Amino acid sequence: MRKHTTRRLLGALAVVSTLVLTATACGGGDASDGGAGGSSPKDVEAALAKGGKVTVWAWEPTLKKVAEDFEKKYPKVDIELVNAGTGDKQYTALQNAMAAGSGAPDVAQVEYYALGQFAIGKSVEDLSSYGARKYGTTFTSGPWNAVTEEEAIYALPMDSGPMAFFYNKKVFDKHGIEVPTTWDEYVEAARALHKADPKIFITNDTGDAGATTSLIWQAGGRPYKTDGTDVTVDFGDEGTKKYTATWQKLLDEKLVAPISSWSDAWYKGLADGSLATLSIGAWMPANLTSGVASASGDWRVAPLPQWTKGDKVSAENGGSSLAVPKAAKNKELAYAFTEFATTGAGASSRVAAGAFPATRADLESKAFLDTPFPYFGGQKANRIFADSARDVGADWSYLPYQVYANSIFNDTVGKAYVSPTTITDGLKKWQEASVTYGNDQGFTVNK
Amino acid sequence: MTTSLTSTVSGSGTPSAAGSPGADTDAKAGTRTLTRTRTRTAKRRKRPPHTPLHPRPSVPLTLVTGLVLVYTLLPLAWLVINATKDQNGLLDSFGLWFAEDSHFWDNIGRTLTYDDGVFVRWLLNTLMYVVAGAGGATILAVLGGYALATYDFPGRRAVFAVVLGAVAVPGTALAVPTFLMFSNMGLTNTPWAVIIPSLISPFGLYLMWVFAAESVPTELLEAARIDGSGELRTFFTIALPLLMPGTVTVLLFSMVATWNNYFLPLIMIKDPDWYPLTLGLNAWNAQAQTAGGEAVFDLIITGSLLTIVPIVAVFLLLQRYWQSGLAAGSVKE
Repeated sequence: MRKHTTRRLLGALAVVSTLVLTATACGGGDASDGGAGGSSPKDVEAALAKGGKVTVWAWEPTLKKVAEDFEKKYPKVDIELVNAGTGDKQYTALQNAMAAGSGAPDVAQVEYYALGQFAIGKSVEDLSSYGARKYGTTFTSGPWNAVTEEEAIYALPMDSGPMAFFYNKKVFDKHGIEVPTTWDEYVEAARALHKADPKIFITNDTGDAGATTSLIWQAGGRPYKTDGTDVTVDFGDEGTKKYTATWQKLLDEKLVAPISSWSDAWYKGLADGSLATLSIGAWMPANLTSGVASASGDWRVAPLPQWTKGDKVSAENGGSSLAVPKAAKNKELAYAFTEFATTGAGASSRVAAGAFPATRADLESKAFLDTPFPYFGGQKANRIFADSARDVGADWSYLPYQVYANSIFNDTVGKAYVSPTTITDGLKKWQEASVTYGNDQGFTVNK
Repeated sequence: MTTSLTSTVSGSGTPSAAGSPGADTDAKAGTRTLTRTRTRTAKRRKRPPHTPLHPRPSVPLTLVTGLVLVYTLLPLAWLVINATKDQNGLLDSFGLWFAEDSHFWDNIGRTLTYDDGVFVRWLLNTLMYVVAGAGGATILAVLGGYALATYDFPGRRAVFAVVLGAVAVPGTALAVPTFLMFSNMGLTNTPWAVIIPSLISPFGLYLMWVFAAESVPTELLEAARIDGSGELRTFFTIALPLLMPGTVTVLLFSMVATWNNYFLPLIMIKDPDWYPLTLGLNAWNAQAQTAGGEAVFDLIITGSLLTIVPIVAVFLLLQRYWQSGLAAGSVKE
């Protein structure tokens, strides 16, 4: 009898305390100074104390360790990492889940080029009130610009991809060819290499929207301008012209291999030396080390060739952020994980696992700069990447519907790779299609 | 009464030579004696005469068959050869011959343990989908086919039309409506979303229907009923053994279809914990296409080899039932 009463009492107590906890959590939310109804850092603390489950959609492998560390630090929180596909496949799934109103994750990995699409659709949470505002100087300026828009912070930068020039030193040495420092020299090197051995190409290209926009970015082109819903698309500026003139030469003379990036043929080409260089983001070493282990020692890193001799301009290629969808079930916990994974110990553990940092502290640390890469013959490659991160050209922006634009790149610019169409014509068609689509979606494009 | 039963049975001829187990053994024994005599004759005479059963060997036909054989086995050979290579070997060596050192066992070990042994989880998922989906589909097809073939009820012709129509609709066309329906029911991203659609096999039902109509004589069922056997008992003790070859055929077809199913799980399941092998291997492949992702072509190839082993084994184990099933009814009257 007595036992019964005790148990009932305990049960009632549990119910009451839960109610109290929930009530305080809600109260905190209402009283927060976050403006647009967002939660405050205090709510995040309360959510962490209460615990719960956070579903994270991400393909970045280094997050696994971060999730384990987070669970160790906050034992009441359960992180579920889901690889819901990479890149645009995941964005499609994300859009569908948001439209369906169920099944959206609490945290999603979103590349910088795609973030605008979710931000403009107000489908990701503005993280300013949660405490993200204090990270203004934590991250390097490129990635920080990519996740902020006016007063809102739509995500926290997870990594970045300042571009560098990766080249197969063995191939260059064998044929006695100098490593190019300008794009004109690059074309010369392409000719020389292909002449020395017809099986060797300076690089591969079958039309890659990310690579093309990055090189236009480096050349000074700013084809996209966005001001709210007013959008301008213009591939007629000087920077774009510099890019097309050079790249058209490579295509006309058949100096780039018709191999798609990331295919098995691509990996094979990187391994056997038939693809001699890559101009790509600083995250590439991890891919080379695991995917092309047999070419270890052959490759080196150099600064990206310049459009004007003596310049020091670079661009970003790839890189992604962690965002909290508006449809997330537990936004406070989601923010806590996002913060943990992108700053402080979480960021450092990801850098140790091979990710390229977006945080100033990691990028400037002596340990980071002095890390030798056995894959690059002991070269301290991070110094080149860090310089590149500093030299990224300012004021670049992507379209607010860049995911769609990239998906039609092959139907427009891609034609230049398989038919007599020129890249300039292709870009014109790409521009027209982007303008039409934008206007159909309710943007004011080129008006 | 009993006399009438026997006479009906013998009247309708031996009920499908392959059907009853007794007849099966007899037939086999017969074939064995036949073969033995034939071998002996062949030894005695150097050039056996060309009969309709032993036609003159045709050189062009042999060549064409040989070509088709090579064409069929080449991908399999490629798979086996390349499962012995590691990532370096795959990139460096000739595709149709072995690399210098074999990594076969190492590859199998790594495939099974990579990413906390997620391959084993996918294998178990696939097994679950096959057992629940293909097994359930077979049971439903047998029950439905038998009922449609032996019972007369209003609307039978309508069912016939619906089933025939359903056979004509490709599964791919139904995928999106199915997804929306399951999404409304809140079942997407659960194993049910794969198992429940797999239970429906219009082709299996049609096959069982035709098979049951051919191999279960109505007279036999009538005789059983007259002898006082209940419908369930008649089904389990008399009809089911007769339906065995057809059942195995439907089971094989739906097992292969479920084992290889890619599109349905692709749209239904987002959680890698519920992936079947097809989706899992594709996820490993996609891994090579991202910044920071690890290219594991060696594990994908070894995984593919491991994936086809069970289905090959099932085929080899069940094919004798299947062969007799295909032959059933061909030499009846």
